[in-house]
Amino acid sequence: MSDMSSTMTPDGGPGEKLLFHEARDVHTANGTLLGFWVYLMSDCLIFACLFAAYGVLGREYAGGPTGAEVLELPTVALNTTLLLLSSITYGFAVLEMQRDRKNPMLAWLVVTGLLGAGFLTVELREFAHLIAEGNGPQRSAFLTSFFSLVGTHGLHVTCGILWLIVLMVQVMRKGLIHANKRRLLCLSMFWHFLDVVWVGVFSFVYLMGVLP
Amino acid sequence: MSAHDELQHAHDDHDHDDLGIHATFKGYMTGFVLAVILTIIPFWLVMGHVIKDSSTAAVIILGLAAVQIVVHMIYFLHMNSKSEGGWNMLALVFTIVLVVITLSGSIWIMYHLNHNMMPLMDTSNLP
Repeated sequence: MSDMSSTMTPDGGPGEKLLFHEARDVHTANGTLLGFWVYLMSDCLIFACLFAAYGVLGREYAGGPTGAEVLELPTVALNTTLLLLSSITYGFAVLEMQRDRKNPMLAWLVVTGLLGAGFLTVELREFAHLIAEGNGPQRSAFLTSFFSLVGTHGLHVTCGILWLIVLMVQVMRKGLIHANKRRLLCLSMFWHFLDVVWVGVFSFVYLMGVLP
Repeated sequence: MSAHDELQHAHDDHDHDDLGIHATFKGYMTGFVLAVILTIIPFWLVMGHVIKDSSTAAVIILGLAAVQIVVHMIYFLHMNSKSEGGWNMLALVFTIVLVVITLSGSIWIMYHLNHNMMPLMDTSNLP
């Protein structure tokens, strides 16, 4: 936008007369955040389909183990705690970002990343344990839909952590510039969105799955 | 004021823009405490075998999950009807409509399909 005006103004006389269109940015300042929100909503639809598949197939055990037999609630409670804590630590990072304090913000991001990595470790151990016992995704429709849904969420968390690392490098190199703040807010929405999805996962899959 | 100054000024304004999100410590802590409470209750209900009836427990779990999702939306994702001039909310409402149709439609139809297929399923679902 500013390029356009600056190429037009030197063409003749006093610049102010030639500014016949808005000198200010015609886009809303946070249009990126709206666009990212729309992306999150489309991601939400992916998860809705996986939830629907689990809702339909979650009780089709094909003679294999039931949810009550394979799902371990203490593990899920630990995972839920880790993810919820990582949400609030990201919140603290955003607060430090608003105060333009780079190093405390980076510290909170490190904590967030470690909590996310802890979540992934626990989840992968759970998966490895299930597969080792012969209860992999190929065992029954229940386990297929379970691995698809929880695995997709885990993949999102993995991408979130990679994004977090890249952003930390960018902030370390360029500082808390406007573009980096925008990116940090996008990742904040992504991270909190993953927690929202996890609320659905632990309620719909784990807690309801172990009910008799 | 020359055009260049004005442009520079506009650019500065843009640079100092706080991206429209005003997060507060109080907001995050409120959301966190509410989320913890709304997480502990369903885990306690299931792990402590508090409610004997499965369908009652399921309804309560889903209700608490819905409340917790709203809490996350308001306190962590900073949703309100005014953000982005209402476009955020519009996209959210549209998504919720689609999600509800997908979920309830799939489960409803497949439940009836399973129900009608029951006599056949009995002989064919042996491992």
